[in-house]
Amino acid sequence: MISIIETFVVLLPLFGSVFAMLISRAFSDRELGARAAQYLATGFMGVAAIFAWILFFDVTPAFGGEANPRTIYLFTWVASGDFVANWAVRLDTLSAVMLIVVNSVSFLVHMYSIGYMKDYGEQPRFFAYLSLFTFAMLTLVTADNLLQLFFGWEGVGLASYLLIGFWFKKKSANDAAIKAFVVNRVGDFGFALGIMCIFYVFKSIEFDVILDAVRSNAVVIPFGQSAGAPIHELTITFLGAQYHALTVIGLLLFIGAMGKSAQFILHTWLPDAMEGPTPVSALIHAATMVTAGVFLVCRMSVIYEYAPDAAMVVTLIGGITAFFAATVGLLQDDIKKIIAYSTCSQLGYMFFAAGVGAYDAAMFHLFTHAFFKALLFLGAGAVIIGMHHEQDIKKMGGVRDLMPFTHMLMLIGTLAITGFGIPSYYLFGAPFGFAGFVSKDVMIISAYEAALAGRPLAGFAMAIGVLAAAMTAFYSWRLIFLTFWGRSRAPEEIRKHPHAVPDAMMIPLVPLAIGAIVAGMAFYGDFVGKKAETFWDGALYFKSETHHAASADDHGASETAPQGAYAGEAGAEKAEGYDDHKTPLWVYMAPFIAMVLGLAASAFHYLRGDPLRPGLLRPGGMIYGFLKNAWYFDKIYDYIIVKPALLFGRFLWKTGDGKTIDGVGPDGVAAAVAAGARRIVKLQSGYVYHYAFAMLVGIALFVTFILLRAGGGQ
Amino acid sequence: MVEIGLGHYLSVAAILFSIGMAGIFLNRKNVIVILMSIELMLLAVNINLVAFSQFLGDLTGQVFAFMVLTVAAAEAAVGLAILVAYFRNRGDIAVEDANLMKN
Repeated sequence: MISIIETFVVLLPLFGSVFAMLISRAFSDRELGARAAQYLATGFMGVAAIFAWILFFDVTPAFGGEANPRTIYLFTWVASGDFVANWAVRLDTLSAVMLIVVNSVSFLVHMYSIGYMKDYGEQPRFFAYLSLFTFAMLTLVTADNLLQLFFGWEGVGLASYLLIGFWFKKKSANDAAIKAFVVNRVGDFGFALGIMCIFYVFKSIEFDVILDAVRSNAVVIPFGQSAGAPIHELTITFLGAQYHALTVIGLLLFIGAMGKSAQFILHTWLPDAMEGPTPVSALIHAATMVTAGVFLVCRMSVIYEYAPDAAMVVTLIGGITAFFAATVGLLQDDIKKIIAYSTCSQLGYMFFAAGVGAYDAAMFHLFTHAFFKALLFLGAGAVIIGMHHEQDIKKMGGVRDLMPFTHMLMLIGTLAITGFGIPSYYLFGAPFGFAGFVSKDVMIISAYEAALAGRPLAGFAMAIGVLAAAMTAFYSWRLIFLTFWGRSRAPEEIRKHPHAVPDAMMIPLVPLAIGAIVAGMAFYGDFVGKKAETFWDGALYFKSETHHAASADDHGASETAPQGAYAGEAGAEKAEGYDDHKTPLWVYMAPFIAMVLGLAASAFHYLRGDPLRPGLLRPGGMIYGFLKNAWYFDKIYDYIIVKPALLFGRFLWKTGDGKTIDGVGPDGVAAAVAAGARRIVKLQSGYVYHYAFAMLVGIALFVTFILLRAGGGQ
Repeated sequence: MVEIGLGHYLSVAAILFSIGMAGIFLNRKNVIVILMSIELMLLAVNINLVAFSQFLGDLTGQVFAFMVLTVAAAEAAVGLAILVAYFRNRGDIAVEDANLMKN
């Protein structure tokens, strides 16, 4: 019975996807077919969401249960020599958490889409894509080996491509879809190399085998090598030089994570991806798919712990992204782009938390972020529908009066993302505040603790975290103030007759809003509090692990683990949880004060006088242009990659293919035949006597030949 | 006096044949001339047949000559009929213009 649930939690969305498309064809009435498709896909998704919650409470020891991790093998996918990849449903705490995030948000987004897509038509295709995406994401999180994970990884990439380019008649949507796909390919290249590298070193791509080998510092013999070494010290040849194997693997995998999670350098596709319908932005580009990178790093947390350089790069990139995206978010005018950059920034938070070793904090923020970011996006979608597809917040204002309920929900989302709560105050053992407050503080505190333990760049990460918190507050409140508050700047007819927002769009926002309020407090104890290590049950790496290992194996383990010294110290503190009150008060206060400052600055500017007046950064100024153009990333890429690539492509097309291959090949042969024929055709005079003469000459020659031969023969 | 032998007959036939051929190829004006040239060539063939028949003492050749004469008469009839039809179509029987086969 239970294994049916485990299989179907993954497969139901796939069935939903296929049947949605089929059933819509079964009806001759288009409208009826569309309705059947969307109810079917949503219904399947709802059942899958219920299954996910059942499994979550079954698998994890949440709220005082028993841990019950297991792996269901469905079939062997690839078996070739040593290379074996199974199709499996791996259920441990990490995948169970992802399951509830993906399925719940996906179900709510499906429901929301019934209302959102009402006027657009093409619902069957839309719902089929949405469900297909969910299926791919579920295979990703329930993978027990890297190949299945890669399948899901590419599957979500495909679904994302299809959904960004959903309005395929719009050029900008197609461009954005291609951009997302191509940028992700860059990351996937690194990821694929990482997988190959892991197979080269470990001769396996199964998580259990890899992680156990790293945990126990097993001696591994890479392919084609006669002698091996303990994995913590193993070096491999990569690009002609010797490198520490785990660092190479960690970095390559992280390149993949950077692409999928839109981290600095590979982030450019995410803002453009807002071309897709808003439910897509909420599901894929905020709550689930972009968190796949964080999930990957957490899944491989053990590797990163023994590859301090790779972890340092994760911290660095995460910190830069958190800062960069927040600065760009300050000046965006498109309501969806603000939220998109905020997503980018929050993903940066998760990565630096993972980079400093607080994988539980990263996963916790991933979990809470899914609620309030989906809420914000779906609320923004409601505003966009209400304002007759206007996305520019400069042309909004005063929407509060038109859509009071949406306003309330967006306020909840904003309070959650900006981290509103009472610092250093605990209720029932959990910090008191909105979801984002709890999880963000945990990340910043872990960065602080890691910095104390001497972890490289952890102090930088903490500073960035606090700074970005101020900016997050600024741009999030700016969105609220410009959109909902103040006097309306919308055209008269929109103000008088806002587009009706269907109930189907508002209902799913309620559970998300509840999640945005309580998810942090409710799950604090399990995810990152005192019970964290029991809760995660070995799915994540915990510092105390090194600590115990170091004390158990005398000096051996602590010497082999390069960061053993500081990990051990931090472990002693960490084992008591984040609420041990040893952390000085200012660490708790810093993000809160930053948030209040950001809010105050935002209120100071946007609530007095004309909110559109230029602020500190004058339009036309250098910094203004720098931020407005997202640090000129698109321009730089255009210059150094896109343009040369286009030129190169043009060269290959015109000169390489057109002139060389076509010129010599098909066109050349055709031209030669035509020229030859033109010459031969001159022999055709059309006069009968010419033909007769030719025949005669032929006969004469033939006869002569025969006679000569006959004569010669005798 | 030179004894008239097979060679003479064959020579006359060859000359006649060549004249007929020349008549076909060098003629630029008239389709009727072509028809006459063909008759000439057939005659040359007939002379050959009869000469060989006499030389080899085999009557079959002379029977064959009659056959050729019959066919030649039929051919002349068909040829002239075509010629008339051709003239009706084009109003002209000049060989120079008869290059429709090119198209």
